[in-house]
Amino acid sequence: MIVLEKRAEPSRLWAFLAPVVAIAAAGLTGAVLFALLGRDPLLAMWTYFIEPLTSAWSLEELAVKATPLALIGAGLALAYRANVWNIGAEGQLVMGAIAGSAIPILLPEWNDPLALFVMLALGLAGGAAWAAIPAFLKVRFNVNEILSSLMLVYVAQLFLDWLVRGPWRDPMGFNFPKSVSFTDWHVLPAISGRVHLGALLALLAVAGLWLLLRRARMGFALKVMGSAPRAGLFGGFSMAQACWISFLISGALAGLAGICEVSGSIGQLQPSISPGYGFTAIIVAFLGRLSPVGALFAALLLALTYLGGEAAQLALGLSAKVTQAFQGMLLFFVLAADVLVHYRLRLQRREAKS
Amino acid sequence: MNGLEAFLVTVIPAATPLLLAAVGELVVERAGVLNLGVEGMMATGAVCAFVVAHISGNPWLGVLAGALAGALISTPFAALTQKLAANQVATGLALALFGLGVAGLIGEAYVGQPGVRLPALNIPVLSALPFLGPVLFSHDVLVYASFVFTALVSWFLFRTRAGLMLRAVGVNHDAAHALGHPVVRIRVFAILFGGALAGLAGAHLSLAYTPQWVENMTAGRGWIALALVVFATWRPWRVLAGAYLFGTVWILGLHLQAAGIGLPSQLLSALPYLATVVALVIISRNRVLTLTNTPASLGKPFVPER
Amino acid sequence: MAMADAGGQDGGTAAAPHEGPGAQNGQSAPDAPPLLEVQDITRRFGDILANDSVSLTLRRGEIHALLGENGAGKSTLVKIIYGVLRPDSGRILIEGRPVRIASPAEARALGIGMVFQHFSLFEPLSVAENIALALPQGTADAALKERIATISETYGLPLDPDAIIADLSVGERQRVEIVRALLSDPRILILDEPTSVLTPQEARQLFATLKTLAAEGRGILYISHRLEEVREICDAATVLRHGRVVAEVADPRRETAASLARLMVGEDIHAVKAAPPPEEPGPPLLHVRDLTLPADGPFGVALYGVSLDVRAGEVVAIAGVAGNGQRELFRALSGERLAQGHGVIHIEGRDVSLCGINARRRAGAAFVPEERLGHACVPEMSLTDNVVLTRHAASEKTQERLVRHGLINMDAARRICARIIGEHDVRGAAPEKPARALSGGNLQKFIMGRELDRQPRVFVVNQPTWGVDAGAAAIIRQRLVDLARAGAAVLVISQDLDEIFEIADRIAVISRGELSPARPAAELDREAIGLLMAGAHEKRHGRADNGTHAAEARP
Repeated sequence: MIVLEKRAEPSRLWAFLAPVVAIAAAGLTGAVLFALLGRDPLLAMWTYFIEPLTSAWSLEELAVKATPLALIGAGLALAYRANVWNIGAEGQLVMGAIAGSAIPILLPEWNDPLALFVMLALGLAGGAAWAAIPAFLKVRFNVNEILSSLMLVYVAQLFLDWLVRGPWRDPMGFNFPKSVSFTDWHVLPAISGRVHLGALLALLAVAGLWLLLRRARMGFALKVMGSAPRAGLFGGFSMAQACWISFLISGALAGLAGICEVSGSIGQLQPSISPGYGFTAIIVAFLGRLSPVGALFAALLLALTYLGGEAAQLALGLSAKVTQAFQGMLLFFVLAADVLVHYRLRLQRREAKS
Repeated sequence: MNGLEAFLVTVIPAATPLLLAAVGELVVERAGVLNLGVEGMMATGAVCAFVVAHISGNPWLGVLAGALAGALISTPFAALTQKLAANQVATGLALALFGLGVAGLIGEAYVGQPGVRLPALNIPVLSALPFLGPVLFSHDVLVYASFVFTALVSWFLFRTRAGLMLRAVGVNHDAAHALGHPVVRIRVFAILFGGALAGLAGAHLSLAYTPQWVENMTAGRGWIALALVVFATWRPWRVLAGAYLFGTVWILGLHLQAAGIGLPSQLLSALPYLATVVALVIISRNRVLTLTNTPASLGKPFVPER
Repeated sequence: MAMADAGGQDGGTAAAPHEGPGAQNGQSAPDAPPLLEVQDITRRFGDILANDSVSLTLRRGEIHALLGENGAGKSTLVKIIYGVLRPDSGRILIEGRPVRIASPAEARALGIGMVFQHFSLFEPLSVAENIALALPQGTADAALKERIATISETYGLPLDPDAIIADLSVGERQRVEIVRALLSDPRILILDEPTSVLTPQEARQLFATLKTLAAEGRGILYISHRLEEVREICDAATVLRHGRVVAEVADPRRETAASLARLMVGEDIHAVKAAPPPEEPGPPLLHVRDLTLPADGPFGVALYGVSLDVRAGEVVAIAGVAGNGQRELFRALSGERLAQGHGVIHIEGRDVSLCGINARRRAGAAFVPEERLGHACVPEMSLTDNVVLTRHAASEKTQERLVRHGLINMDAARRICARIIGEHDVRGAAPEKPARALSGGNLQKFIMGRELDRQPRVFVVNQPTWGVDAGAAAIIRQRLVDLARAGAAVLVISQDLDEIFEIADRIAVISRGELSPARPAAELDREAIGLLMAGAHEKRHGRADNGTHAAEARP
């Protein structure tokens, strides 16, 4: 039987290889499943993973979808490093989108480059404020942040639903649950085709978080608190501080992702503004081995699964729902492969001679 | 049927999936394992129960399928956390996402299809009682099962040796291992049991509560069930009380909407989630209470030396 | 000679209400096969040979010591005998018959009982439940309580079967372990470091029980590194070093503690060389006055009116049984937990009662907690990162400054780390290595070095040599004394009385959160300290017993 043997030091080689192994294993499993469903596995794999990379249009689309995933995933990577389990990024995304959209909806006449800055700032603030609730409840009342942050996702989504059906509904919109369309002053400028400024912001955020975790005392404090909290206290850091920083940063980035999505891609508020980016970003964070730079690459891969899902639907008549199941499966493989970094697998005979 | 009666008759079906899932998760957590994937297992159970009942026309097969599907989909979680010592929080999240994805995939072709309702079992004599009859004794089998499971779990945990072993494993897995108790095996069984009960909870949703399949029909009930276990400080009968409290909140929102009071429907729909947060605050602020009741090995990975 | 103790007595009839080894005791002929034979057991963990062809023979009625340093392979061997671990090769014979012990349940069925070093008890469960968990299935509840009562009475080990473990003192917990092991009526009883958590008086009670058990014909395998007690009660000894048997001692009573130590360590241990403490005591650098803190959480110990001065040039030691407030006192002194008001804790004359740990470090203090991995160090992080851990907020005057504008200067940290590794002889270390990869002794040398490198004026250390090999322990003790003689105030919290007598100038004793006045070491002996450990100095009355205390050890 196979037994685990803890390595004296985590393997650097496997730290690099583990995500690759996980992706390969998930792809292989997917191919087998397609074959069982009676489809040509090679064609399915091609359609899913390669074809979206062959046209300029879909490469742009890849960047568009990777933008929120990278923003949120990098923030979550930081929080999870600190052992702070923010899984409510989807709600923080929604609240960031709502806060930022207040400008184009309430002040549609404010046509000034500054308005866009204020929208982005409000997006950051909205996400951070929503994330501050579970942080406060954790620090003050010891409430499990996994459950509180998740509950607030539902609340945020219902709040958005109420807004676009109620006070923020476009009066000229034939009763559709949508806000007014944003004017050009309130839309993020494009970099190339559909790719908007958000992509650049995501790169900046990743670089900033990389620096924070690698060089800054604040990042050091987060890593210590996440790895050995009592040693962290001995180093003079505090649990509350780690909790606040993690939630505020990851929440702010989720909020930024939200306003970028609404302002850069959708152009108005509607009941559903995200296909679950906030949850998929959890997978992004882990696939990126909880490093901001890793999250950037992971975001591109997960964005590819969205595109692949759509392509497979068109070309093969496969359900787009394959995507979500595949993403979940990928996370299983990522976590399984992670074992190789810390443990050596050893074959052992079931019984020793006696 | 007066208003109170109508209200109570709807509370019980609303509380049942919460109770089933939470009692299952309670056993898992008592064994020292935190499985955050309840929402995913519940969704998978719901869709499998619905599809099997729809195809076979037999709701009982649907119930069975729901339980089996819930247990089956918990196996990757069991393998990863118990055999490979993977992080339980992350793996549980993976299970939640995977389960929801699989459920959406399986159920896609069945959205809007007619469902098969699990028949009500009117208990002879008792169901004829005025008031109490319709409120307590005219429900489907899963409602009764939820009570039976609560009682069984309570008896198992506190009156049997196997239950003592399970609690011991949850309290101190190193000591349990040193005494020769099979920590991993006990935990795997607990995880599968928790999966089966989450699957049953899903089956109740898609066969009894609203006999149809709609994506995301679990609507966070799996997560609320997790909160319930904390709220009940890991005790079965308190889980029951908590499930009925939350069932009441859930139904209250619906009834208030129907009554047409001036509040936005979204606010009423948000009530269960807000109530969950409030309940967690109430129970968690007493640190001594939570510290002394949390199974000490909860969520910690276990790698036996051999 | 080993059989001498067992001869004649038929303790079995008095002891066991059931058929046990006692019944065979009287008849055991000199040529009967030994109770337990371990032959050529080998067990490898990764690259380490924990047991290298180890053999051992345990006879009826014998108390057999298994001696060795930490990491010598004692625990591995007894875990193999108890079925927790499996050997790679070798065999075990019980009364001449080869047996295969695949699990602790099988070991118990074969008549092997074990008392673990880190008790394998379940804190929120009752005594009866804890005991039931180690018995075969189907033991009725009522019958079990009766059996517990019988065993308790027979061996003078009083227990309340309904008590919750969390409420019991360390001594009482050990009693639960022993009664649990005895209930399955073992022929062979293994005790792993049983006295490390007991007061001298409690230990003596334990010895009496063990002698009774041996007199009934049971064999006792006794693991210890306390050589005096091995000489006192053991009939034979097997010495392990680096996984190998290096000596078999026929009669430990004929050996001296020093000769046993030499066998264990393989070389002479250097005694600490210390100049006498300064005639003129220096100023108090650490001054604690009436420190009172409520228990932190349901499992904590409250501190009551702790007062203490540690002067420049002296080593003051705090003795006590584990769990009497040592950890809480350390956290209060380090600033991990703040005092409740001003004027309680002074470092070099500065009131730091409400200052956090880094402010106290800047005031000139350094701290080394009991637990190396997870408290003193982040196990998964590199040694360089672990230097940053306690140095990131150090003041500019004494240190290279590691943090500027919120950014860490990793090159500077690496240089400091390399210097510590070199100056403090930390073997197998490199700045990039994770703390977890170092052996206990070397990691402790690194941690001590990290703090000594800052040239502290006040040094507070909890359990400086716990689980450290004898060579490293001697070096660490010497460093503590040298630091004091160079003018610092050194406070050592320790459970090891040998260590305390070796290095302390003055000794205080902590029990149930109260500290006795510190008295010169020369005026105290073990007996006196044992009484203080059992609470002879406690002043308060009418306070509810918080259960962390062995009341019955009181004379």
